[in-house]
Amino acid sequence: MVHLSWYLTVSAMLFCIGVFGFLTRRNIIMMLLSIELMLNSVNLNLAAMSHYMEDIRGQVLVFFIIAVAAAEAAIGLGIVVTLFRNYRSVYTEDITILKG
Amino acid sequence: MADWQIDLIKVVFIWVWALLIAVVMTWVERRASAMMQDRLGPNRAGPFGLLQPLADGIKLFTKEDIIPERARKILFILGPPLFALPAFSAYAVVPFGDKIVLGGKEIILQVSDVNIGFLYVLALGAIGVYGMVIGGWASNSKYSILGGLRATAQLISYEVPMGLALLTIVLLYGTFSLREIVLQQQGTFLGFLPNWGFFKQPLGFIIFMVAAYAEANRVPFDLPECESELVTGYHTEYGSMRLGLYLFGEYVNMGTLAAITVSLFFGGWGLPYVDMSRFLGPVSYGIASFFVFFLKQAFFLFLFVWVRWTVPRFRYDQLMGLGWKALIPLGLINLFITALLVQLTT
Amino acid sequence: MVQLLFFYFALVVIGLGLRIVTCKNPVHSVLLMLLLFFHMAGLYLLLNAEFLAAVQVIVYAGAILVLYLFVLFLVNLREEIKMSPFVQKGKWAGLVAALALLITFLRGVFNFTLGPHGQYTIEKVQQITHTKAMGEAIYTTYILPFEIAGLILLVAVIGGLALAKKEDKGA
Repeated sequence: MVHLSWYLTVSAMLFCIGVFGFLTRRNIIMMLLSIELMLNSVNLNLAAMSHYMEDIRGQVLVFFIIAVAAAEAAIGLGIVVTLFRNYRSVYTEDITILKG
Repeated sequence: MADWQIDLIKVVFIWVWALLIAVVMTWVERRASAMMQDRLGPNRAGPFGLLQPLADGIKLFTKEDIIPERARKILFILGPPLFALPAFSAYAVVPFGDKIVLGGKEIILQVSDVNIGFLYVLALGAIGVYGMVIGGWASNSKYSILGGLRATAQLISYEVPMGLALLTIVLLYGTFSLREIVLQQQGTFLGFLPNWGFFKQPLGFIIFMVAAYAEANRVPFDLPECESELVTGYHTEYGSMRLGLYLFGEYVNMGTLAAITVSLFFGGWGLPYVDMSRFLGPVSYGIASFFVFFLKQAFFLFLFVWVRWTVPRFRYDQLMGLGWKALIPLGLINLFITALLVQLTT
Repeated sequence: MVQLLFFYFALVVIGLGLRIVTCKNPVHSVLLMLLLFFHMAGLYLLLNAEFLAAVQVIVYAGAILVLYLFVLFLVNLREEIKMSPFVQKGKWAGLVAALALLITFLRGVFNFTLGPHGQYTIEKVQQITHTKAMGEAIYTTYILPFEIAGLILLVAVIGGLALAKKEDKGA
């Protein structure tokens, strides 16, 4: 028997890995990828909860999150391409135009 | 026989079958193209050149295996198998016959009747592209990476109309299981037509076919390879058996797509107007149903070859235009009409 | 058996996750991510959510990751591999923040109790198939969120177009 808390632990660890990647990577594409990691961990969390609570709601939510993740990836990567076109760089430290 | 033995036999059978189809298709492709161009084609190895694939195989196996110096080695090696494996795996849900009774046991002629059957096919179709992209990127060559880039864009564009066409089929039959869909296609439609998906969804079939050709990277849509612009695109740097695996994977992929087409739109193993199970014994019925399926599949495999040697290649902007401006709107309209009809008739 | 599978998937997911955020070459990260998505799909299968597993592979592996690869190839990064993948300032702060978050989460996980059970028992889901169970919930109770999700996707389409459109500079 697999306990719910095991799934939650995996999901928590994955989420924190995502947070770490998002906070520390230089490359914006990698930051977006870290966000995908976090979304995936949340999905796992919801699906596991839903399974153990014998309720379908969590999994419906996962479905919506996947849809939103697709939208997020499309927009995020669109922004990255535009940034690259204007600055020739996708690194966070090069994009400091607001600092003057 | 225990259940797992039966499953094992089915898996082995389907692997051998997929392999055989791919091998024979390389021969058919060359002979048929020769026929269409008033040439002879390979005719030296064996009768009618039938042993030509074998000769080609030996040639590819014994050639020197070259990995370009600045290629990313692991990914370079990983590319071809990653391209060929999904195509093979998709065969697992293909219902290649009805059922056969052996030793008092009824065996369904399908490796696995999973209830998300063709979502599985769609998923595997989406993965095959990684083989091309990885191979193209790892080769460290301009032509290869351009081929890989084109493959990604093409896949994203044509996955959508394919999904839309498949959705209409789901709406009609109300299930994802391929076996269930084939079972529902037996009998007649409007009294005189076979009850096939093709007659209920002609537009869906056309959209699916075009998208399938794009997924299989066949001419008119073989932009990722495109000999005249990109040498051979993503597998420019490949040689010996690795190249062989790419070419092979393409034929396996065609076999899969033909099998899916037959089961979704052409009644799978069923003969129109004739109920074979009525006058055939339980064993011969199983074999007959497999042969009917095989004949239909062979027709669609030949169609692949036929189209390749008659239609010229699209330009890249034309490919994208066809996908986004023609197929997707058509698919949406088709989906809407189908939904309306299903709602009104049930 | 189920436990073994769970541990395999879980360990691979965590290991791959760590490798993804520390990997120098973004293309390698994306390919490892592909592997991770498959293992996530495996975890969904263990949870009897086969529809989610299929959607996970189709949408994440088949569409989103291909998009990532496409953009990575477009912004061809050769020098990235020689430089450190992390920001110079605040690298350790990020690590500390992530660890602190993890500790908070784990405290929550072990003090967690389940609420009342719903009506979709495992047997019921298996009987009517997961796809149908999902469909019933989505198209009845959750029809409004479903429409909103559609709207969000539409916004993404328009936004993507607006971002990708090259400005006519007087021509």
